[in-house]
Amino acid sequence: MIPSLPRPWTQRVGLNGFMVGFFVFLFVPLLVVAAFAFNDAAYPTPPWMGFTLDWFTANNDTRTGFFHDSDLLESLGTSAWVALWVTLLSVGVGTCNAFLLERFEFPGKNTVAMLAMLPLVIPGVILGISILAFASRIANFAYDTWEIELEFLRPGLPLVILGQFCYIVTIATLTISASLRRFDRTLEEAALNLGATRAAVLWTITLPYLRPSMIGAGAMAFLMSFENFNTTLMLVGSDSPLTVLMYSRMREGATPALNAVSLFLMVASAVLALLLLWRGGAKPAAEGH
Amino acid sequence: MTDSSQHRWMLGLLLAPALLWLFGLVILPHVELLVLSLQGRVGPGEYAFSTEQYQTFIDEPLYWNTFVRTATMSVLATLLTFLLAFPAAWYIAKVARGRSKTVLLVLCLLPFWVSEMVRTLGWLILLRETGVISSVLQATGLAGQPVELLYHDATILVGLVYASLLFMVIPLVNSLESLDDSLIEAAYDLGGSTANIVRRIVIPHAAPGIAAGSIVVFMLCLGNYLTPTLLGGKNSLWFTEQIYTQFITRFNWNQGAAFGFLLLFLSTALVWLGLKITGQRFGAVMKT
Repeated sequence: MIPSLPRPWTQRVGLNGFMVGFFVFLFVPLLVVAAFAFNDAAYPTPPWMGFTLDWFTANNDTRTGFFHDSDLLESLGTSAWVALWVTLLSVGVGTCNAFLLERFEFPGKNTVAMLAMLPLVIPGVILGISILAFASRIANFAYDTWEIELEFLRPGLPLVILGQFCYIVTIATLTISASLRRFDRTLEEAALNLGATRAAVLWTITLPYLRPSMIGAGAMAFLMSFENFNTTLMLVGSDSPLTVLMYSRMREGATPALNAVSLFLMVASAVLALLLLWRGGAKPAAEGH
Repeated sequence: MTDSSQHRWMLGLLLAPALLWLFGLVILPHVELLVLSLQGRVGPGEYAFSTEQYQTFIDEPLYWNTFVRTATMSVLATLLTFLLAFPAAWYIAKVARGRSKTVLLVLCLLPFWVSEMVRTLGWLILLRETGVISSVLQATGLAGQPVELLYHDATILVGLVYASLLFMVIPLVNSLESLDDSLIEAAYDLGGSTANIVRRIVIPHAAPGIAAGSIVVFMLCLGNYLTPTLLGGKNSLWFTEQIYTQFITRFNWNQGAAFGFLLLFLSTALVWLGLKITGQRFGAVMKT
């Protein structure tokens, strides 16, 4: 029970022991991934054969380190490219949605607000196949009717971007709306009274106020896009983003170069996470698509 | 331009991307999926209305079993996640004080900022036949030969629970924090036993948090693809895998679309049932 009540020592020790076990459970998989990035063996399995940086830097017949693995580097670039677009689109449309839902009244507003939450409760796999099917329908229609091949509607990066955007924009909308709701509108009215145009008010007062939440939403969007697997797998074409490439390699039994990339990802996302938390309490990415 | 026409112009401008998104990426794709699921092939390139896709699902025990199995395993994983997350959330919300509370919460968050792929790779290294746990067991003499810990149902459950913990811990911490300590003290002073206090005071107070966490975790488990395929191997029999197989491997989109709708139906139905049983409302749950 709570510390202000007498607690039998068994309960205290039991709970503390549980917490230690809990955090061991949380961190052991990550620690193993990190440790085996430095093991001097062909596969990430025990026993420990000694420390090496080969899986980062080697480039010879038997070992290709992460820095020389062109497939891995390329997929890292692909992921970053996709994530960049998803971030821009999500923050842009998310900001529009926030203004729409917080500042305007129109018939059917409740329906729009409810539909906007829907992508969060649809499993990522289904989101992926439905967009795939619909895009193919349009592409086939265009081809049959006008004989134009709409390449971007076939499986590939544009569809991956759209598929990820589809649910990440909901999270951006929620984050930015929450911030806009807390905004003190008298600040805008004061500026308008002092003769500012609406555009000037938006540009110099409202948007600067929203900037932290837009940056937060953007960072989250980037991370979620980078890590997305389910939706991406259904929509991917010939260029594989990192998660898809890692998945296909993991099924075949990958070399520790994969651990090296993972360690890189861990450090990158930890830095991003701590920066965001330090800037002022961003909520965790609450989705597992 | 008058003020109201400007207002209407702005509304149109903001409504356009929202409607484009909702219709182009959410509503119409699902309508297309529904249409696909209700079609059967009658000739080369010719399709007609039919319920044969759903009929196949009913007639083929493999599909049925996979469906039921996915649902039961997800329920089980949700239950286990709750049992693990509750004491941890209790510690963070009620026992830890000040700085250590923030640190513990951040420690809980950190692993979940890392890609699910990386975490699954960690489990693979730990659990495979030549993996870390197997080696430790052999070194300590607890096992005579390499132990294959992958490809069991229990392995899938461990993976699912691990992937879901955070989504249970956060709503639980939020709802437990709003519980006034003096209520627990009063109950204790009046002679309530620990079990009684938990059952009559803590659980009812935390109910919205429990419901919210359980719903999110359940949906995540149901829609998970990575954990069952990598930790469960070929025999994992997860329903999302069936959808992938039909859609991508066999290119049978009609069947895949029907499976997709069945999964959507299952998740909606069980969430609704969960809300009914616990007497919670969806809106209230989503706020926590």
